[in-house]
Amino acid sequence: MRGTRVIITAQNLKWAYHAANAMTGFATSVIGCGVEAGIERELPTDETPDGRPGVSILMFAMGSKVLMQQLETRMGQCILTCPTAAAFAGIEGEDKINLGKNLRYFGDGFQTSKLIDGRRYWRIPVMDGEFLTEETTGMMRAIGGGNFLILATSQPAALAAAETAIEAMKQVPNVIMPFPGGVVRSGSKVGSKYKTMFASTNDAFCPTLKGATNTELSPEIESVMEIVIDGLTFEDIALSMKVGIEAICNLGANSGVKRISAGNYGGKLGPHLFKLHDILNGNKS
Amino acid sequence: MNALTLTLKQAPAYTVNCSGLTPNLLASKSVAEIADIQLNYGNSLVSVGELFEITGSDAQHLVFKNASDKLDYIGANMTSGKITVAGNAGAYLGFNLKNGEIHCQGNTEAFAACNMVSGLLRIDGNTGDFLGAGSEGLRKGMRGGTVIVKGNAGDRVGDQMRRGLILIEGNVGDYCGSRMIAGTIGVLGNLGAYTAFNMHRGTLLLKSLPKLHATIQDCGSHTLPFLSLLFKSFAQYNTQFSTLNTQRVQRFVGDAAYKGNGEVLILATKG
Repeated sequence: MRGTRVIITAQNLKWAYHAANAMTGFATSVIGCGVEAGIERELPTDETPDGRPGVSILMFAMGSKVLMQQLETRMGQCILTCPTAAAFAGIEGEDKINLGKNLRYFGDGFQTSKLIDGRRYWRIPVMDGEFLTEETTGMMRAIGGGNFLILATSQPAALAAAETAIEAMKQVPNVIMPFPGGVVRSGSKVGSKYKTMFASTNDAFCPTLKGATNTELSPEIESVMEIVIDGLTFEDIALSMKVGIEAICNLGANSGVKRISAGNYGGKLGPHLFKLHDILNGNKS
Repeated sequence: MNALTLTLKQAPAYTVNCSGLTPNLLASKSVAEIADIQLNYGNSLVSVGELFEITGSDAQHLVFKNASDKLDYIGANMTSGKITVAGNAGAYLGFNLKNGEIHCQGNTEAFAACNMVSGLLRIDGNTGDFLGAGSEGLRKGMRGGTVIVKGNAGDRVGDQMRRGLILIEGNVGDYCGSRMIAGTIGVLGNLGAYTAFNMHRGTLLLKSLPKLHATIQDCGSHTLPFLSLLFKSFAQYNTQFSTLNTQRVQRFVGDAAYKGNGEVLILATKG
């Protein structure tokens, strides 16, 4: 996968979030959305290029071409349009991809370029004043689809544990959990009985199919939630998984969580294997 | 190692072309070899040894002592190292400067930073006309780098300037930013007539409103976010520009006579 980071700033955090939420909307899975994106963290004013409050966004795609297309489209529809928002490069990657480079043409000849400390910015006149964006951002090789499953005795228990894990994992840099609230209920397996489908429901982990399929669930399991993690490096994802699983374990035996597992898809999806025991023991897989 | 120091024995009667004396050109030369270098002097030649007393050995830091305004082309085509001019410099200081730093502790004649490409040029005193402009016949002036002038500058500052940053703490003469193509010029003092004449693009950042001609058009007062980035970049140079903090400016655009999209920003006195 390829990943990038963009810093979004605005007059205040409220509008930075409006911009960032729009930009990372409909970006849960590369399969249907083109990219997986999410808000990495809030940035205080002393961490942003223009000294305004902001957030950092991570965006991942299967290839550089898709990532570039999606980034430019989302910049144009979500950041350019959002009052007071500005966009800056958030990563010094091995390669550069366009951030505002082509958006400048929206300025219809009134756009202005500024080269400041070796970085090129574009000032595009818009109705609220000026839209400021850096010309490019970095892109680097990244990893998507790290995951673990939370198996619990009830749906509320599974979700509560997932929420706890997500809150802890949000503190880890360089990762995002791109699904709604960071949690997936519709984990998938590779393939389907239908020829046109590349993926279908993970029946081995569906609690209502325990008697009808080759189940992975013990009788007391009534609900399973999945947390999917995209990160810039293997170590980032491994740390995030460790933090999340430990947060669930800290809930204790009465939380209703009976097991933590993970989908490895028979090793058919990607070259990276995150072995949970090794991760929790601090060993690199 | 001590800086390689060239101390002028007496003020020359004619101009001397010092373009052969840069850190990158002197790096592998002995003192004897440096003393034998021939420089253009008026309509004849003179050796370095005749003009200068040579001390020190670190060619990466070259010092001109007792420097005079007859010393032209100091730092021309320089690609690395540092030059300190203790005294005044002649014309074309930092001509086609490609990298490195030049610090002139006195005044300079015209065409300082002419055709400059990159690097840093500091002038503690005043400088003449055509600061950061192009040499005769060229359609592009300064193409990059940073110029800082603590004193005043003459006419035609940044004429046809293409890229880079010029910061002037004092006053400037007429035609500041004339035919400017891009880049940024900041002036904290007063300006003469015809500021931004035939300006194409680029930014003039001024503290006082000069008398502008009719084809520079007022676009009103605005808060421009990019100024925070610009001011942050000024901080490293330790000048009066480092104290700027308002993003509130009155914006003029022009030169309309040239279908120009350059801007003249007048800093608000209060943020």
